[in-house]
Amino acid sequence: MIELENVSKIYKLGQSKVFALDNINLMIQASEMVAVMGPSGSGKSTLMAILGCLDVPTSGVYRLEGQPVENLSDNQLAQVRSRKVGFVFQQFNLLPRTNALENVMLPLLYDGVHGKARIEKAKAALETVGLADRIHHHPNQLSGGEQQRVAIARALVNDPTILLADEPTGNLDTKTGDEIIGLFQKLHEEHGQTVVYVTHDAFIARHTQRIIRLVDGKIISDEPVAHPLVAGTPRPEDEWKAS
Amino acid sequence: MNIFESIRISFRALAANKLRSGLTMLGIIIGVAAVVALMSIGRGATRNITSRVEGLGSNLISVSSARVVRQAGVGAQSTALYYSDYQAIAQDTNNVVGISPTYESSAQVAYSANQSQFSVTGVTPEFASVQAYTIAQGRFITNGDNAAESRVVVLGSQAATDLFSGLNPMGRDITINGINFAVVGVLASKGSTGFFSGDGVILIPLETGYSRLFGGRALVNGKRTLSSVSLSAANPNIVNSVISQVEYILRRDHKLTLTETLPFSVSSQSQALSTLTSITTTLTTFLGAIAGISLFVGGIGIMNIMLVSVRERTREIGLRKAVGARRSVILMQFMVETITLSLVGGILGILLGAAIAGVVTLTGLITTYVSLDVILYSFFFAALVGLFFGIYPAFQAASLRPIEALRYE
Repeated sequence: MIELENVSKIYKLGQSKVFALDNINLMIQASEMVAVMGPSGSGKSTLMAILGCLDVPTSGVYRLEGQPVENLSDNQLAQVRSRKVGFVFQQFNLLPRTNALENVMLPLLYDGVHGKARIEKAKAALETVGLADRIHHHPNQLSGGEQQRVAIARALVNDPTILLADEPTGNLDTKTGDEIIGLFQKLHEEHGQTVVYVTHDAFIARHTQRIIRLVDGKIISDEPVAHPLVAGTPRPEDEWKAS
Repeated sequence: MNIFESIRISFRALAANKLRSGLTMLGIIIGVAAVVALMSIGRGATRNITSRVEGLGSNLISVSSARVVRQAGVGAQSTALYYSDYQAIAQDTNNVVGISPTYESSAQVAYSANQSQFSVTGVTPEFASVQAYTIAQGRFITNGDNAAESRVVVLGSQAATDLFSGLNPMGRDITINGINFAVVGVLASKGSTGFFSGDGVILIPLETGYSRLFGGRALVNGKRTLSSVSLSAANPNIVNSVISQVEYILRRDHKLTLTETLPFSVSSQSQALSTLTSITTTLTTFLGAIAGISLFVGGIGIMNIMLVSVRERTREIGLRKAVGARRSVILMQFMVETITLSLVGGILGILLGAAIAGVVTLTGLITTYVSLDVILYSFFFAALVGLFFGIYPAFQAASLRPIEALRYE
């Protein structure tokens, strides 16, 4: 369960202050699948960074599974990131010159999982994302969609409670993007993980259970999706434009 | 996450940029090689000198006159070492197994047309045992030679070669300042060459020298003088006691009080040895320090490259932190990289330095000595350089905030 209480994030740009997040109150239940939408600069990425413990709020309280994170040390935050959070980025952020298996093993390495257990877990994660036959490929030998699936495998290898996806389909074509959202749906259904999914794409967003819209650091709407789309639903002609 | 994982990750990062890693290492390689090579040359020189001086005999004490300032404004004066001083020393000292008075003078020495300036030394038979010479051919100067003031000469091995260019000198005559001398013996080489060699000597009976060769120069106030008196102490432990006895006798006979500076130098080989050793050690340290500067510069090169590397890999660092790497783990990763660079560079540098020292030995210029402590020092110093210059870049990497590092383009 994720709880944000009066959370603000303020950046100082010279003399002026920029409210990247402005007094956000938000609650996301365990095993919910939520889309976050909003124009560029609306604070989506800042919100994700705070949810993922990559950054801390300037003010307000963030509770992850009931535990406030603002008092945690750097090392404790690192541990939260490695055990509770799986992050998927727009730019994949795979290590070059490192094969898929080793990329996926990275969070386990930092969590002190050793030897065979590490390899087995990483292989299982790659199997889950459908890349069992690509484990020894390097990122430059994989397509964009495959690279993103390696990144997803890396995000879920340590069995985190929440999966945060920051525009994971932003660098992919729509067909591959539809496959990726399908994969998230599958993970959500099979593993019951909480998924927070940032996207510009309204069609993608309608695959989730709830859509939160941000503008200028504020939540302007927060609505459930009446009938989430099933993966593989053909895209309507007029719906592929960014919202 | 343990140290082996860190090492593995670091090796991979270094291997990914082989040319850059190699060039960075080159700075350390050259620095360490310079330290090892120069220190080995210095150590070699020290050992050469030590062994030569030890070859002259470690129980040896030499007495000679020294120039001292007696009165302010008058300038340095020397006090003659008289033949009578030798007699007093010979009579009054204990624990002396040999005593050898010498008078040394420069003279024209010729064999047929082969003529040049040599130092000719008047000696007594004890010279051979005190200075540790052995005879290669013929005989040494005897008491009979001195008593008869015979015109006989014994040549050092180098002097024999210089004068006779390979001919057997035995039984032939040479002229010293125009006077004929018969060669009755040739000394065995002491096995060393260079300025401490004792193989260039030309020895004649002391009495012959006084009566026929040295003339008025050897007389002060109508009394015979000596260039030096050499004593051989019974064993190395009593060398200092013999020196005190000799100094006491000289003060007594020259009527000097204890507060006056003794106008004679009474020194042992071990003193000369320690002086020489301290000079060469200073020189070696100095050379090592100069080479150390290049090692330092190499360290700056490492730091520079590591700073570039940290900047270049900002996103990678951000990602590693995002998936759970702690600060200390990132710090460790970059420290291991720098230390690896400097240690591998250090090992290669030691090999290169030893090879350079070997080549120097092969040229015959100087016999170098690659000692274990120099190798250990260099290795340790290289590691220290890596540690010192690695801390700042590693700290920078560890301090990156994950969110900013991930956004870095």
